[in-house]
Amino acid sequence: VETGNTEHTWQCIPWAHEDFQQADTENLSRWKWRRTSSKSFKKALSEVKGLSSYLVLWRHDIHSIEGKFGTGIQSYFSFLRFLVLLNFIIFILMFSVVILPTIMYKYGIFNSTSAYISPKNIEDVCTIYEPSGNKGLVYFFTYLKDLLSGTGFLEVTSLFYGYYSIDATWLSVKYNLPLAYLLATFIYLALSFIWIIKRSVEGFKQNLVHDADPFQSYSNKVFAGWDFCITDPSAARLKHRSLQYEIQTDLQEEKLKQKIAERTMEEKLRIYSLRIFINIIVIAILSGCFYSIYRVTAFSQENSSVSIRNDTRTELVNLLVQYLPSMVITLANFIGPLIFSFLIGFEDYTPAFEIKLTLLRCVFVRLANIGVLLFSLWSQISSCGSDKCKPCGYNYKLYPCWESDVGQEMYKLMIFDFIIIIAVALFVDFPRKLLVTHCSCKLVQWFGYREFVISDNVLEIIYGQTICWIGTFFSPFLPAIATIKYFIIFYVKKIVLIHTCKPAARPVRASSSNFFFLVVLLIGLLLAFVPLGVSIAHIPSSKACGPFRNFNTSWEVIPVTVLGFPTPLPQIVFGMASEAFAVPFFVILCIIMFCVIALAQAHKRVIEQLREQLVLMSRDKIFLSRKIAEPEELDFIKFPEQQDNSRSICSS
Amino acid sequence: MGNKQTIFTQEQLDAYQDCTFFTRKEILRLFYRYRDLAPQLVPLDYSDKPAVTLPYELIGSMPELKDNPFRQRIAEVFSEHGDGNMTLDDFLDMFSVLSEMAPRDLKAYYAFKIYDFNNDDYICKSDLEKTVNKLTRNELTPEEVSLVCEKVIYEADVDNDGKLSLADFQHMIIRAPDFLRPHSCWAQLHAEDLYSLIVTPTDI
Repeated sequence: VETGNTEHTWQCIPWAHEDFQQADTENLSRWKWRRTSSKSFKKALSEVKGLSSYLVLWRHDIHSIEGKFGTGIQSYFSFLRFLVLLNFIIFILMFSVVILPTIMYKYGIFNSTSAYISPKNIEDVCTIYEPSGNKGLVYFFTYLKDLLSGTGFLEVTSLFYGYYSIDATWLSVKYNLPLAYLLATFIYLALSFIWIIKRSVEGFKQNLVHDADPFQSYSNKVFAGWDFCITDPSAARLKHRSLQYEIQTDLQEEKLKQKIAERTMEEKLRIYSLRIFINIIVIAILSGCFYSIYRVTAFSQENSSVSIRNDTRTELVNLLVQYLPSMVITLANFIGPLIFSFLIGFEDYTPAFEIKLTLLRCVFVRLANIGVLLFSLWSQISSCGSDKCKPCGYNYKLYPCWESDVGQEMYKLMIFDFIIIIAVALFVDFPRKLLVTHCSCKLVQWFGYREFVISDNVLEIIYGQTICWIGTFFSPFLPAIATIKYFIIFYVKKIVLIHTCKPAARPVRASSSNFFFLVVLLIGLLLAFVPLGVSIAHIPSSKACGPFRNFNTSWEVIPVTVLGFPTPLPQIVFGMASEAFAVPFFVILCIIMFCVIALAQAHKRVIEQLREQLVLMSRDKIFLSRKIAEPEELDFIKFPEQQDNSRSICSS
Repeated sequence: MGNKQTIFTQEQLDAYQDCTFFTRKEILRLFYRYRDLAPQLVPLDYSDKPAVTLPYELIGSMPELKDNPFRQRIAEVFSEHGDGNMTLDDFLDMFSVLSEMAPRDLKAYYAFKIYDFNNDDYICKSDLEKTVNKLTRNELTPEEVSLVCEKVIYEADVDNDGKLSLADFQHMIIRAPDFLRPHSCWAQLHAEDLYSLIVTPTDI
């Protein structure tokens, strides 16, 4: 039997040692040389790959998790590793561009000088900003409180925006700090965007190939499903279970599709009205969450003023009030998904769509909560009752340095998120495991061991990453905190997984998970653009602190810099930003998009035609092989139409 | 490289190198794996081509195969008489085809033989039912198994005879995404995994 065009022909299997001496020695030696040289090249390549894989962070841990718990959970940990690296790179960027020059000036290293341009055309009252770092004798508790809420001694450090109040430094060349700050922000957003898109393209291609060939899904699972590398009995059990679950899900979906196709008119009406009703409930719940977050933030901002620093109890209450928004958000993030997964049972969708819709709703809850928090902060900052804002454009009495305040809120959210993750691991997961192991009460046994639910964990870390993206503009050290936080979370989650979780009853595949994680992360990033855009371009920057004191808004740095370029450039740049250029550009983009879509549809049609041709070709092969095998049947015309077809294909 | 080993003649080693995808070192290491399964049966001198056959139970207990649901079929396909008892030639043959260096077409050919339980050169519905049951360890109901087999035949049977011939199977498996993935472990026992379980003799 032919095996195609390979060098390793059938004569060797089964072996004929005696034939070896009779073979053509010359041909054989040339063939041997070709093979050994290609083999040694391949070996060298695999050695290099092997060495470089040692540099990959946590390679061994993730590999062992994959073996024991499956590829779905392994993709969660790979995703976590990706976020650690991303945050580290963002921190390196902010450090080298923004933090380092400022620190070099403030400590007088390398004889750097700086310029402080006093703001023109701004009333003096806007520039008063006296953050109280801790002076004199204070309780240790005050330091702890300041560490947790970013006030007091932390407010004046380089952690927050307010520290970077210099306009330019000179090292040997003038270094424009405001421009550098703004550009660093844009660069880290663009870098995150490009990196996520690049990673998701691979997953997208795989998904497309997988979905494009739905007629081979069963054969693929049955014949190519088993992983021959498995040498661990628990991994084998997991693989058996995941194959079983996949096949059962596919069969279920088929049955459901048939059921849906057979629905009568009144059943359809009933189901659609039920779905609309449930969606209204979902929207009501979401509005409830948003409104409560809005009120709580307003309350927290109004009541967290600096109190008498001697009373520990009021200090504690003060701390709690400061953390109130974070607590409410965490509560909403916890309750929302529970309610959604309960409600979706009534809506009668296919299982795959159910999972997707619930996840979409949970994602929306988590990310919108951050948006509502920021929105309520801004309404506080710009609340201009009775002329409070007229001189400066924002509420200068309560928020002389409003960017630092926003930075503090983001910092608190991040710290609280971290505390919650560790607290849940310590005080919920381990006690639960101890309880289930040692108590044989029926209720406890029904509760059972915890299952590692990938989607909840992923949404948790995406929520944290969105906070980091928004907060880095207001607090340049936040990426470093995020890196350390995710680093520790990796080990915490790994320990929780190995010691307290049972293997999943429904193992999930990696390829669909990877793409989904990256899509949701992208949604988080795009959502992070909105608050940043509003802060940079719309709200006037604070005149009392920060690098943008001399500008109306933070964005103004760029037009001012562009105007400073030599003569032809400003006109070109402003021309590109005007409507005369933007509208034709947009029209051309639309035309290109239509062309690409038309091309894709043409390709699809060609693929369909080729598939049909394949089927016909194989039938012709059978017919021809029968002709060759039984020449007497030449007179027997079994397939008259196909005979004509075969003649035309053979002769062409 | 000195000729320090005394197990095979030079011609035998060259023949093995040509007929499998292994290098000289790998072949010797595999020989020691084979011998470790039953040291009292396998002599250390193969130059006179002794007719030594190891029973299937020993082969099936190897770490690479013991969790594989198709280990019995694999041993039967590669054994000389189709009963699962393997000589050294069969053993090397098997690992050669299962290694990462074997081309896809070769693996597809052997995959067909492995899944063809009744050895009639066709994968018919009963073969498929046995395959599915081995994959899911009999956890599916008989109707589910039957449905899956019908679907597989519907998807892959191009010549419409109700069973899969070698051509149908090859046509389908080459395009299966899991078979195509470069890091897929379908029939890919990495050479390093084989080494990790050997006590290597000094300086071959």
